[in-house]
Amino acid sequence: MPGGRLPILGALTAAALGTAFGLVFFYAPIDADQGFVQKIFYLHVPLGIVTLGGFVGGAIMGAQFLRTRDRRWDLRSYVAIHLSLVLAVGVLATGSIWARASWGHWWVWSEPMLVSFLVVFLLYCCYQPLRFAIQDPDLQARAAAAFAVMAGAFVPLNFVAVRLAEAVTHPRVLSATGGQMPGAMRLTFVAGLLAMALLYVLLWRLELLRKTTAIELRALRRSLDERTTSSIQSFAAADQRPTLH
Amino acid sequence: MPAIPLDEPGAYVAAAYVIFVVLLVLYVAVMARHITRTREDLRRLADTFREDG
Repeated sequence: MPGGRLPILGALTAAALGTAFGLVFFYAPIDADQGFVQKIFYLHVPLGIVTLGGFVGGAIMGAQFLRTRDRRWDLRSYVAIHLSLVLAVGVLATGSIWARASWGHWWVWSEPMLVSFLVVFLLYCCYQPLRFAIQDPDLQARAAAAFAVMAGAFVPLNFVAVRLAEAVTHPRVLSATGGQMPGAMRLTFVAGLLAMALLYVLLWRLELLRKTTAIELRALRRSLDERTTSSIQSFAAADQRPTLH
Repeated sequence: MPAIPLDEPGAYVAAAYVIFVVLLVLYVAVMARHITRTREDLRRLADTFREDG
């Protein structure tokens, strides 16, 4: 994977994050209902959307691997899921802080949105143990892709089911009509979402580049080791050959 | 007025954003460690090639 455009992407991401955070603290109005605590929304919700999007992206890449048997798709799927899993920790942590500040509890078990996200997180926690429990590389890639596709299909289904369910306390700020957010809040939210999406793409590409380089380096070392071994064997064979006098 | 008020809601908001930044920094640090290891492997491989002539 070429890494030539990564500095541009990095600069764009930094600018987008800076703009989004600037809008959050200096532009978006204070929410009349929740007060200043609502500022967590601009971090928590975009992070959650990007994380779930990453899981779905991992599923699509896994399906591409199953269709083409091209190992690059498996690697892409693995990196997408790995990154989403890391960001999911952030979603759970920021959500928990927001819950404590708004509702007075770190966690509310009767809230479908929270519990469903935890279920998705725990489901994906099984991905890496499953993957690395299999030694055969082809079987490992196939099993991981099958898991990614099935778990990825569960994510939107889960999301729809939760939205259809009656919410106990979790606010529904996003809807087909754009919710009841005022313009300034909506702009700040969109800026936050864009920044998180750029951050995800940047980290995904960086991780992919790192892993691809490490794999290529390992292959090079293996081929060098094999070449050295075969040279030693040919020298040894030449030494043992009977000489004519 | 500061960007983050120094009361209880301000502390919660600050905590959420700090956790996000810490997570990001940790992730980048782990990636940097792996990149350093890959560079060391590459240097060792280059040394092996040089020794072989």
